[in-house]
Amino acid sequence: MDFKKTKDVILLAHGDGGLLTHQLLKKYFLPHFNNKLLEPLTDAAFFPVKPGQIAITTDSFVVDPIFFPGGDIGRLSVCGTINDLAVSGAKPLYLTASFIIEEGLQVAVLEQIIVSMAETCREAGVAIIAGDTKVVGRGQADKIYITTTGVGYVLPEANLGYNRIEPGDFIIVNGPVGNHGLSILLERESFNFDTKVLSDCAPLHTITEKLLRQFKGIKFMRDLTRGGLATNAKEIALASGKDIWLNEACIPVEENVKGVTEILGLDPLYLANEGKFLAIVSEKEADDMLIYLKKGLFLHESCIIGNIKDGKGNVYLKTGLGGTRRLNMLTGTPLPRIC
Amino acid sequence: MEVCGTHTTVIAKSGIKNLLTNYLELRSGPGCPVCVTDQSDIDRIIELARMPNTIIASFGDMVRVPGTYSSLELERARGAHVKIFYSPHEAVTFAGKYSDMKIIFLGVGFETTAPAIALSIAEAEQQRIKNYSVLSVHKLVPPVMKALLNDPELHIDGFILPGHVCTITGRKAFDFIASKYNIPAVIAGFEPADILQAIYLLLQQMVDEKAETINGYTRLVHEDGNIKAKEIIGKYFEPIDAYWRGFGLIPESGLKLKTVYSDYDADERFPVKVPESLPPEGCSCGEVLRGKLTPGECPLFASICTPSEPVGPCMVSTEGACAAYYNYSD
Repeated sequence: MDFKKTKDVILLAHGDGGLLTHQLLKKYFLPHFNNKLLEPLTDAAFFPVKPGQIAITTDSFVVDPIFFPGGDIGRLSVCGTINDLAVSGAKPLYLTASFIIEEGLQVAVLEQIIVSMAETCREAGVAIIAGDTKVVGRGQADKIYITTTGVGYVLPEANLGYNRIEPGDFIIVNGPVGNHGLSILLERESFNFDTKVLSDCAPLHTITEKLLRQFKGIKFMRDLTRGGLATNAKEIALASGKDIWLNEACIPVEENVKGVTEILGLDPLYLANEGKFLAIVSEKEADDMLIYLKKGLFLHESCIIGNIKDGKGNVYLKTGLGGTRRLNMLTGTPLPRIC
Repeated sequence: MEVCGTHTTVIAKSGIKNLLTNYLELRSGPGCPVCVTDQSDIDRIIELARMPNTIIASFGDMVRVPGTYSSLELERARGAHVKIFYSPHEAVTFAGKYSDMKIIFLGVGFETTAPAIALSIAEAEQQRIKNYSVLSVHKLVPPVMKALLNDPELHIDGFILPGHVCTITGRKAFDFIASKYNIPAVIAGFEPADILQAIYLLLQQMVDEKAETINGYTRLVHEDGNIKAKEIIGKYFEPIDAYWRGFGLIPESGLKLKTVYSDYDADERFPVKVPESLPPEGCSCGEVLRGKLTPGECPLFASICTPSEPVGPCMVSTEGACAAYYNYSD
């Protein structure tokens, strides 16, 4: 029996609002998240607003495993919410972060996640200004769940909406698709492939802000998270009532992602991304925007992957062979094939 | 007709189907092991899942297949333990760690998956893992080919044969299609070009009025197949008359664990009472698997039966003909 007094795991008492909760905040959260608006630790954080529109979004993160090649649940919880604001045409300013922690989680693991969140916030230039921590009994949650809410200013240059999408518009992605979903799957199932697939988890708002300031012809943007490129394209087609035509040969997919998905019978077009967006842009500006992405922002693998046509909300893929097939929304979890 | 679910998917996904639509019709056959699993077997699996201290270990596609009254997905939501594995070897390792639970691996598949399942039993034997067993609903492809060829209503002009299955069985196992029934057949790989080559070789035979079983996948398939894999299957399994969805009983078309391995046979170890199995109402999966109907000819297709709310297994499985038609139609 070890009678050492160190508290190396999270206890239920860490969530009861008493001394241990206070110690947890003081020792682990505040030093890393440190900023003027969080410091008072009042029930609400205050910040001034300037005229214009504010955007707000919220997202929960329950990823398993919590650490994966290219990221972790902490980085993901910051990027995911920032990117929802970014593709909505907003400049993210502040986040709130709420933690549901399973009793027994190693304190060192929690700290690693907090550090990762803090680093990602610094990289992105946003601050976490309010938060909450709850602890649930062992087995009632899986290690840790994080919910982040983000607020940001809507850029005056942004004019995004389904109603702006017109036949003739082009569709651009900022790089290869399928990495995040596959990296999680490979980490979760330990397939023992020799290849390492890295998540693309990254904040996108500096890119989207520069694009929106420069190109008035951007009609709509969407970050290609759950369901991947295909599902998100289908949602856009349905909401806009237009058809989307994608060209398989132009959709960037990393070679190792291609290989592994082929072996497992998965489709990279349906796998989640955490650092990719789709932008719908006027025909006039599409080429210039692609050049700017590649040369100005060094996103060399950006591509024009298709265009918008009149239609009834369908998504069509022109295959490498010259055939055509329709893409629908993802149904169920993508699973490797049986034989 | 192709008789492999992966071919079905590639044909639909690559656009081959609609490229050739004005020239020839490609029919899908009984190529998806999940789809051909009989309703009574699905119901048995669900009853096994309801046993206490039991974990059903399965390849993913089985989880959503609706039985008569429930599915593994529903049972899991109600508290049953269903765990998806990508290889039976992992399930044995898992069984070693959780000795207080019964781990039942669903042996679903054709000749391709049987060797890995057999090896998992060898592994469990070696490690003296007693809580691991297999429910074998394996099916064999040559017997179902005979059932298709003996169907007087079906007039298939040529067969695209399953490359993966033939790596195990060898080309010779399918010689009878040409020699006995005088129908051309070509073994195909899984790249769109492989399938187009197979179609070309079939058409060439028809033009020349010849019938042969040609190996079009020589990079992996040999005359006698994989001798070692066949030996492993032969050591652990014996052929048994088996029920197929849509076909009924086909002689010697399934694989049962030999009596000497009955300790690892979930069927022997856990005799469960299975309710009377009824096919899903209005579902034409059986006719689709027999090549009698195309998925689009099923009255439920894309209206009542969709991948998100599947009525029959052909819409559930990623390799199912209905799912392929639904997901990849133009």
